[in-house]
Order: sequence, then C-alpha cells, then structure tokens
Amino acid sequence: MFKKLKITCNEATTICDKNQYGSATLLEKIKLNFHLLWCKICFVYTKQNTTLTKLYKGHASNCKEIKYCLSLEEKELLKKELQNKSA
Amino acid sequence: MKEEIHIINFDKWIDNYSDYLFNYAAVRVNDSDLAKDLVQDTFFAGLKSAKNFQGKSTERTWLVSILKRKIIDHYRKINSKKGQAEVRMNFYNDGENEGNWIEERVPQSWDNQSEKDIENKELRSQLDICINKLPEKYAMVFRMKTIQEFETEEICKELDITASNLWVIIHRARTQLRKCMEDNWFNI
Repeated sequence: MFKKLKITCNEATTICDKNQYGSATLLEKIKLNFHLLWCKICFVYTKQNTTLTKLYKGHASNCKEIKYCLSLEEKELLKKELQNKSA
Repeated sequence: MKEEIHIINFDKWIDNYSDYLFNYAAVRVNDSDLAKDLVQDTFFAGLKSAKNFQGKSTERTWLVSILKRKIIDHYRKINSKKGQAEVRMNFYNDGENEGNWIEERVPQSWDNQSEKDIENKELRSQLDICINKLPEKYAMVFRMKTIQEFETEEICKELDITASNLWVIIHRARTQLRKCMEDNWFNI
C-alpha cells in the first residue's frame, strides 16, 4: 500500500510547485506529505518555496501596474508602413 | 459596403488598437522590441486578410486572435531552438539515483530569510535577473503563470501545451530560480 505513495524528490518537488498555485490534487498532497516525513531536503525546499511564492506575488502586483504603451513616433511610423503596404 | 468601412478604418487601427495589442504582447514575451515586431506583423497580416474579416467579432478581437497566432509561432520557434539556453538539471535522470537531488543542487538553509525583505527593491531586481537567466520558454510560461497570474487552461490553450507539460516547465523554472536566488541573494 505504501509503495503506491512512494515518490522521488523530483516528483515531490513537482507536486510542491504545483501546490503553490493551489492546483495539486488530494492524492498528490498525500504523496507529498508522506515524502516530506522522511526527506529533509524536500522539506527545506517546501519551506523555501512558500517564501519564494510570497516574493513572486509581491513582484506580480508590482509588475501588473506597469502599462506598456507605444510612443507617438512609433505609432506614426507604423501608420506609414501600413500605408506603404496597402498602397 | 462592409468592405468599404474596413478600408476606412485602416488608419484608425493603430490609434485604436496598437497600445492594447502592444500591452498584450509585451506581458507575454517580455521584450518590448519583439512585442513591437509582433504587433507590426499583426497589422500587416490584418491588412492582408482584411477581406476575409466578416465582422462577426469586433476588430479588436479579430486582431488579438491574429496576434495570438504570432505569439504561438514565436513560442514554437524558441521551443525548437535546442541547446540555445542550457537547462540546469536539478535531479539525476537515470541510474539508481534517478529522481534524487543532484548533490550540488541540494537546497541549503538560508541565512537572511526575513519576511520584510520581500518589499526590498534590490531583491526584486535580483529576481528579474534570475528570471531572465531562465531559458526563454521557461521564463515565458513562468511569467504568464506566476507574474501575470493567468489560468492554467488559458496558458495551455495559448501556447498549445498540455497541463502536465506546463507543470513540468513551472517545476523546472522554479527549481532553477530557487537555486539562482540562493546563490545570489539568500546565501551570500
């Protein structure tokens, strides 16, 4: 029965990463927690992953405020090229 | 009659849609020159196939759908450029250690892991440096999922990949980022 729950560190960290977005299934979470019982390395990884997620979220809210715009000159240039093509 | 209306609108396209399209492209490819090129290509393609535009959707929706194809094409191109950016392995991929951590990539405990650091500007720019070091494909998927916070299905649809594909990319991106941040921020 336990054999089914056994996963490698690679699989465990994949689930851990997925879980950071709330997308891991129940079975995956069970597998991950079972793995973390005996694997200290992935335990550290999981802890750090939570910190990194907070960092990424802070970064995300910052980045979303940036709006990208083309300058007027760039728009004029585009218009000219478009006109050339349509002519 | 319909066609006439669309011909008149050509000049207004750029005024009306270029910022929207540019923004749409820039958050996905994170390179403003490339985004500009994609927008330009989109307008050209739109111009070429304007006759086929049937007015079933709005012009903007139609132009966005062209731009989406251009982004997928770009994604395919970087996807097929093999060996262009080195992918660091974090786990052994064969032998008896398969799936285990490669020793030099094992997470170390972090020294300066304080929560208030998260507001730190230097930390943010270090994070950007690390994201930019990722292979372009990984960086693109990571940004779309984590920074722009798109739904998984949306990314899969846009880039034409499966969900498990996406999670593997996210996993590789995050383990690489973790290592990069550890080496350049947390343990220096």
